[in-house]
Amino acid sequence: MSDPLTAEHVLEFPGGYTRSTGPVIGRFLTELRAGRIVGVRTADGRVLVPALEYDPATGDAVTGEYVEVGPAGTVTASAWVAEPRPGHPLDRPFAWAMIKLDGADTALVHAVDAGNPKAVAPGTRVWPVWRGERSGHITDLACFAPEVTRIVSPVRVPYTLQAGGALRVFLEGIRRGVFVGGRCASCGKVYVPYRLSCPECGIAIGEQVELPDTGTVTTFAINNLPDPRAPEVPFVSAYVLLDRSDVPVIALVGGIPAHEVRQGMRVKAAWVPESERTASMANIRWFAPTGEPDVEL
Amino acid sequence: MAERCAVIGVGQTRYTTKRRDVSIAGLVREAALRALEDAGLTFKDLDAVVIGKAPDLFEGVMMPEAYLADALGAAGKPMLRVHTAGSVGGSTALVGAGLIQSGVHERVLVVGFEKQSESNATWALSTHLPFSSSLVVGAGGYFAPHIREYMRRSGAPGHVGALVAVKDRLNALKNPYAHLRIPGIDRAMVESTPMLWEPIRYLESCPSSDGACAIVLSSEQAATGTPAWVHGTAMRSEPLSRAGRDTVSPQAGKDCAADVYRQAGVTDPRRQIDVAEVYVPFSWYEPMWLENLGFAAEGEGWKVTESGATALDGDIPWNPSGGVLSSNPIGASGLIRFAEAALQVRGMAGEHQVDGARLALGHAYGGGAQFFAMWIVGREKP
Repeated sequence: MSDPLTAEHVLEFPGGYTRSTGPVIGRFLTELRAGRIVGVRTADGRVLVPALEYDPATGDAVTGEYVEVGPAGTVTASAWVAEPRPGHPLDRPFAWAMIKLDGADTALVHAVDAGNPKAVAPGTRVWPVWRGERSGHITDLACFAPEVTRIVSPVRVPYTLQAGGALRVFLEGIRRGVFVGGRCASCGKVYVPYRLSCPECGIAIGEQVELPDTGTVTTFAINNLPDPRAPEVPFVSAYVLLDRSDVPVIALVGGIPAHEVRQGMRVKAAWVPESERTASMANIRWFAPTGEPDVEL
Repeated sequence: MAERCAVIGVGQTRYTTKRRDVSIAGLVREAALRALEDAGLTFKDLDAVVIGKAPDLFEGVMMPEAYLADALGAAGKPMLRVHTAGSVGGSTALVGAGLIQSGVHERVLVVGFEKQSESNATWALSTHLPFSSSLVVGAGGYFAPHIREYMRRSGAPGHVGALVAVKDRLNALKNPYAHLRIPGIDRAMVESTPMLWEPIRYLESCPSSDGACAIVLSSEQAATGTPAWVHGTAMRSEPLSRAGRDTVSPQAGKDCAADVYRQAGVTDPRRQIDVAEVYVPFSWYEPMWLENLGFAAEGEGWKVTESGATALDGDIPWNPSGGVLSSNPIGASGLIRFAEAALQVRGMAGEHQVDGARLALGHAYGGGAQFFAMWIVGREKP
């Protein structure tokens, strides 16, 4: 088969067709332009919205009484539009809905900007969303939307964090590939990272101690929740008691399957190459087993 | 000698994942108005309001007490906000009790809340500050290693955690305010759920809840209705990082329990206390706290749990309300323990009432198991 012979063609009356509204629909649209929705009362007392020149049930003329309805209404039926077309009132998925406005006896068809199909169902309360500039057209009502039940409140606080004196000493050590701790002159305990006071004795710590990068896993968790700082799931976050120190540090354990990590296991820091080191804990990829026998805890 | 203090009103909201129908103010008012109704009082009858909640980052409302003061009828009255992490609900009750016991006020409203659905607590607890290498992911990630160490030290069999998870959820089925109500909950169901932070399984963890709890405290002369009398109050804290710190059975918890027992004349908690509402957010904390609080000897807590003694029909029921494992609006969770202890000795706990409860323990802990708050309430005046 050869390609079909095609050509594009547009059929459009220049400037658009005009429509005379007549007095009833004209009133309805004039009220819309003013930001109100009105219906018209029928001879038997019902309120038709949108207003019609006649009662569709009887064919009788309607009364001259206009009744303000809404602005809110209740969805009586809806159909979800997952892929809006260019001529649709919204450029995102929405629902076509029959909306019975408060005080009306008939339902109005309009778009409901509900976000997702579960948010609109028979019984859902919806409110009009008006267009900023109105001209007396049904699209003066941009759409309807469910009641406001929640707002989003973004909070974003940028900080500049400056490492204090003690942390700086520690991180400068990490840049050199050394763990710097501090020994309390009163209780003799060695704290790592280096800190300026002893949490037990409350006195200033002056003495810096360079510690080996080997230690013992005292306990650990196997985390099955992903974390941006861990290379994979599961990952092991462990308490590692560095040799010659008295408080454990929490660190990633690697180089071994998670379920083979043991309490008492001997480990050593795995440093990034010297050329990549900064004053940051990123220098240590993780602690990996040394292969020494486990320690009795 | 301190003035006597009574709990004369308790109000709770039905704990659930998302209270989308109310604002934070609406949520706390719901609990407060129920507590006032229970006490037969109105906001006008209160002298002061004490508000507790966990970190502000959970809802992103900084200093929510400032916004909630008038919602809780505190205009023109003293208003305090308390924050001690997860133990805050307990500490808040104790700050309120202190205002009565000191003779400063006659009636104090205490409110704790959390609307966890407004963000995500694990996110708020794991903000990854620069310079820190901490690899802790949420509360479960923090507590899992200490549970593992407890299991190693005590030699507890692996199923004990699941027993607690089942027991507390069975109790929750009897509590109309409980969040997790799981029909047919059993050990197989718990053990079939995935490990989140091994050794903690999904169903061995507390839920994320929205909710508020409120109590009305009064002096002896201002008491109304059916009071629960405060027999002892204690708070302790300890440094998070201290050489030799026992993270399985923290010294601050032992000291806090010893203090509150001394005030209440308790020398044998398992025998003298009729019911305990203890902060157990992960199932293994029941055997761990049984030991820390002196209900069992060291290493023996899991045997007490396994024996069924802590079940609703056991000799020392723990968490008949379903506990934190069944409802966890964090800032309220400690206060719920304290309030449920009061409901028990008032005989007003409904279907989860422990028959004849005369003396009850309320307990909360927070941070890295470094803040503790406890009270003992009784049916009789101290």
